[in-house]
Formats: sequence, structure tokens, C-alpha cells
Amino acid sequence: MPRVVVDVMLKPEILDPQGQAVANALPRLGVSDVASVRIGRRIEIEFTGEPDLDRAREIADKLLANPVIEDFTVHLVDADETAGAHS
Amino acid sequence: MDAVVLPGGFSYGDYLRCGAIARFAPVMETVVEAARGGMPVLGICNGFQILCEAHLLPGALTRNQHLHFRNRDQVLRIETTGTAWTNTFQSGQEVLVPVKNGEGCYVADAATLDRLEAEGRVVARYVGGNPNGSQRDIAAITNEAGNVVGIMPHPEHAVEALTGPSLDGLGFFTSVLKHLVGAPA
Repeated sequence: MPRVVVDVMLKPEILDPQGQAVANALPRLGVSDVASVRIGRRIEIEFTGEPDLDRAREIADKLLANPVIEDFTVHLVDADETAGAHS
Repeated sequence: MDAVVLPGGFSYGDYLRCGAIARFAPVMETVVEAARGGMPVLGICNGFQILCEAHLLPGALTRNQHLHFRNRDQVLRIETTGTAWTNTFQSGQEVLVPVKNGEGCYVADAATLDRLEAEGRVVARYVGGNPNGSQRDIAAITNEAGNVVGIMPHPEHAVEALTGPSLDGLGFFTSVLKHLVGAPA
């Protein structure tokens, strides 16, 4: 069954201290060519029936994202593309 | 029900975002309705986060800029006495109450911040160091009517000498009593 993936990211103007902390740690791995890191959240939704993008958008707008500080996108993926299916 | 205090804590494990799931707790429907009708509501710490998520207050609380949990006694300046929760303070009065949060950084867009300032809705600001990076040193705000207040520090932990750094927090609670006694029936 295809799933709906919701990607939630902090708006560009909102400071992401977690991302900054990760970016600051990269030189310790010998990585020196990363300009910035932003951390978001990926949510996979499986509907009982057919996947419903509009319904997923409504869920994202009301609960999964806070529109004051975050943007979100929704898209469909096949079951074998979802994170849980990866080995 | 005369007034409601939404206390601090980590409701629903802070999953998703602080306060995001608590906002949909069954009791919140009643709280939101009563708050819109003028009932005094004070949200402290996690309670402040819930009030923002419930859209009773503008803006949002995000991860402390330095990423550390901050736990210390904090000086605040009371900026507005025209709320149900601050009417017994003097404008500009400095108070000492504990602050203890990991996600207390208040953010809102510039237009919202300007409106809060212009309408006198910044209730308290951090003085002597901003513990979490909150924009414009904001520690507490109120809604347009002044009955709903969200505050990140903990006035309820500054109400007796044995357990708090001062008795300054009592003012929030004597204020709501005064507000309720003086309120028309």
C-alpha cells in the first residue's frame, strides 16, 4: 500500500540550533566543505483505505507542523520506498 | 470554573512539538472556549507552549538557542499590569523567579512582535541575561483581552521562602484573585 510522506522543515528564517550544532561537529569528522545543516522531520502515514493527499495536508496543517515556525510538503511513495522497508 | 492554570511539565512526552498533542486533549476544548469568553488562563512553561499551539497566544516556543536546558533564578521585568495575572505589580517592577526549560525560546514574525509591543502585550522580559534566546527578551505575553497569559519562567516556584528564591511569584496569583473579586458577576 502506498504511503503519504510528510516532510516538515523549520522555515528558513527560523534559527535551527540543532542543525548548527551538527554543522559545527562536522569538522571533527574531517568534513570541511559543508556550509550549513538544517534538521527537519519526516512522517509516514498509512491510511486504512486509499492514500489521501488532501487529508494528509489537513493533518499536517493541524498537527504535524506548526505553521508559525514550520513549512511542510506531502508526497506519495510506494511501500518499498519507505524508511521501514529499507534493510 | 473561575480560572485555569496550565502548569509546566512534559505533557505527552513533548512528542512532535512541546504542547502540540496536549492542545488536542479533551479538556482543551472547554479551556479554549472559556478563555475566548474571558475566563483567566495562565500557561506556565509547558502550559505556555500549549497556549501557543492552541492559538490562544501568537508565536511559538522553540529549542533554546544554546541547546542547553537552563535552570536558574531569573530576574524579570513586569512590562504590563493590565492583565488578569499581573494587576497587583507595578509597571517596570523587577521580580525574581526560577526559569527551567529546554524549549523556551520565544519566536514570532516581526509583524507579530511589533504588534505585541505596540499593544502592550509583552507581559514580562528577561533582565540580566536572556536564558534561551527568546526574541526581544520576551518571557511572557498576553492575548488582546488580557485574560490569557503565557509565561516561560515559574512564578509558582517563588511563593514561599523554604522552596523559592523570593515570594515574587505570589503576585500572579493575588492578581487573578483581585481580578475575580473585582469582576462583574
